[in-house]
Amino acid sequence: MFEVALSSLWSRRGSVMLTLASLTISMAIVIGVEHVRDQAENSFVRTVSGVDLLVGARTSQINLLLYSVFRIGNPTNNIQWQSYEDIDARSEVAWSIPFSLGDSHRGYRVLGTTSDYFEHFRYGDEEALRFAQGEEFTTPLHAVLGSEVANTLGYQLGQDIVLSHGIGNTSFVNHDNLPFTVVGILAPTGTPVDRTIHVSLQGIEAIHLGWQNGVQVSAFSPDADDPRLTELQPTQITAILLGLESPMAVFGLQRAINNYPSEPLTAILPAVALGELWQIIGTLENLLQVISILVLTASLLGLSTMLLSSLRERRRELALYRAIGAHPSFIIWLIELEGLAMVAMATLLGYLVVVLGFSLTQDWLSESYALVIDAWPSSTGTWLYIAGAILATALLILIPAFIAYRRSLGHALQSS
Amino acid sequence: MTAISISSLKYTWPGAATPTLDVPEFEVARGESVFLRGASGSGKSTLLNLMSGILATSTGSVKVLDVELAELSVRKRDRFRAEHIGIVFQQFNLIPFLTVGGNLRLAARFAHQANRETDQQARSLVEALQLHPDLLEQRADRLSVGQQQRVAIARAFINKPDLILADEPTSALDADARDHFVKLLLSIRESTGCAIVFASHDDSLADFFERRVALSDINKIKARELIHV
Repeated sequence: MFEVALSSLWSRRGSVMLTLASLTISMAIVIGVEHVRDQAENSFVRTVSGVDLLVGARTSQINLLLYSVFRIGNPTNNIQWQSYEDIDARSEVAWSIPFSLGDSHRGYRVLGTTSDYFEHFRYGDEEALRFAQGEEFTTPLHAVLGSEVANTLGYQLGQDIVLSHGIGNTSFVNHDNLPFTVVGILAPTGTPVDRTIHVSLQGIEAIHLGWQNGVQVSAFSPDADDPRLTELQPTQITAILLGLESPMAVFGLQRAINNYPSEPLTAILPAVALGELWQIIGTLENLLQVISILVLTASLLGLSTMLLSSLRERRRELALYRAIGAHPSFIIWLIELEGLAMVAMATLLGYLVVVLGFSLTQDWLSESYALVIDAWPSSTGTWLYIAGAILATALLILIPAFIAYRRSLGHALQSS
Repeated sequence: MTAISISSLKYTWPGAATPTLDVPEFEVARGESVFLRGASGSGKSTLLNLMSGILATSTGSVKVLDVELAELSVRKRDRFRAEHIGIVFQQFNLIPFLTVGGNLRLAARFAHQANRETDQQARSLVEALQLHPDLLEQRADRLSVGQQQRVAIARAFINKPDLILADEPTSALDADARDHFVKLLLSIRESTGCAIVFASHDDSLADFFERRVALSDINKIKARELIHV
């Protein structure tokens, strides 16, 4: 029967190929959209975990989340160092990680932080950061690279790098008086950490000594072992990640920080903010999903139409099957098999198109949109969509199949 | 024991005002070869359809090999046809996109014949029909009309039937090919001993057969009254 179905399709390869192309495109769209949805959600939710509160200057919670965790966009304002010390000293706080953002290196963001970062930061399923090579920074002019930074720029341990002021891809204002030495490279995490260069807060202070409003006003140029560097005290930071002694204290502390008297601060629950951010993106994705399902439906109707219109030219063929003893259900199965063979083929091709597409755009997506997307779709959703498409095909093809069946029942062999 | 036994058969096409067939009695003995003469549109094909069980009648009785066809379910009738009846048409006897071998295997499959047996059977039939064995791997629509009709004989005999129904099988052939075709058909029939009903309007073939019957003699409805559907 497979032989018959496949030979039959091959004998009509013109219209079959066109229908197959349309089915392949729609399967690729369905699989692709579902894959992006799944991976984007995954990559979002994985970005940060185990952080009870995220603190920044007064801003919206999504904005704070975007610039501090996703490193997208610019901080609106800074936090005074004094505020950080006040918050850190509170009894509810188990640990805190200060973030200082605003510089870059060849398009990658530079994050000023402390060694608490390597100890307490968690991503994904409460996973800690691991070093692929080297170790964390110990002096102000040490740098630790995210895995993608090291891979893309081909940096090794011991290499000197110069940071740029601001966050553009090409900055003309370089902190070339103070190069940093790479002392560690982190293992891949699939989060924005991979695209970050980590230095100490003193390092950030050091390169900005003698700068005002982004312009170097005095030529202060200490060298790497200048003892003054280690005495540097940060004056401002961008955000704080907090871990609390007890989750019960979250709302109390959040209120306290939001009402902090000396400067306007915002404390948010990262999980809530992630959810809110996901809702905004999720709406768009639901729309895309609906569109992709409609495209697939149109293609499946096209397949049904093709099979239906072929019945006319196959009238004698179908009568012949019965003449040589085929039960009418043979005809239903034959038409079903032809349709399902095409959808199976289209699914395979569509899947490969998606894999190829994402293999080629993976780097660009992660650099431009912070979306870390695996090339091979393998989520439950993807399989459900494929199963759904095949089921829908089987049902839709029943229309031409039953018409063929009915005709074969009432039809005489051949008129003389 | 009869190959075909028809009594008080009436058949009216759905939607037609008058019946096409009214056959009070018609019998074909086992192993008998019968030439059924009739002009086109006289109801020959309808009669053959009824004999093969593709059409079923509600009035009268059509027994093939002593089995009342109307009493079988559709599925059983199809299986019965696959196992006991071989059919040859005027044209379009083969699934065009399958190979000759594929056509023969498909017919054998409907009769649930074992593959090994089919292959043997196919080879000996192809040989007996004076076709080249390489043809088995050829697509059916690449063959000449004469070759296709001979393959149709092989297809009709592949399941060792007890009855062959041939509906104008030679009208697409020229005179030489026609006689050759009928001789091949009858020589294979003789070696298997099955009955045959050969319907044609071509009287020149009548002498090849043991018995000659005019449809107008067994059918009470006259040809000019028929509106062929």
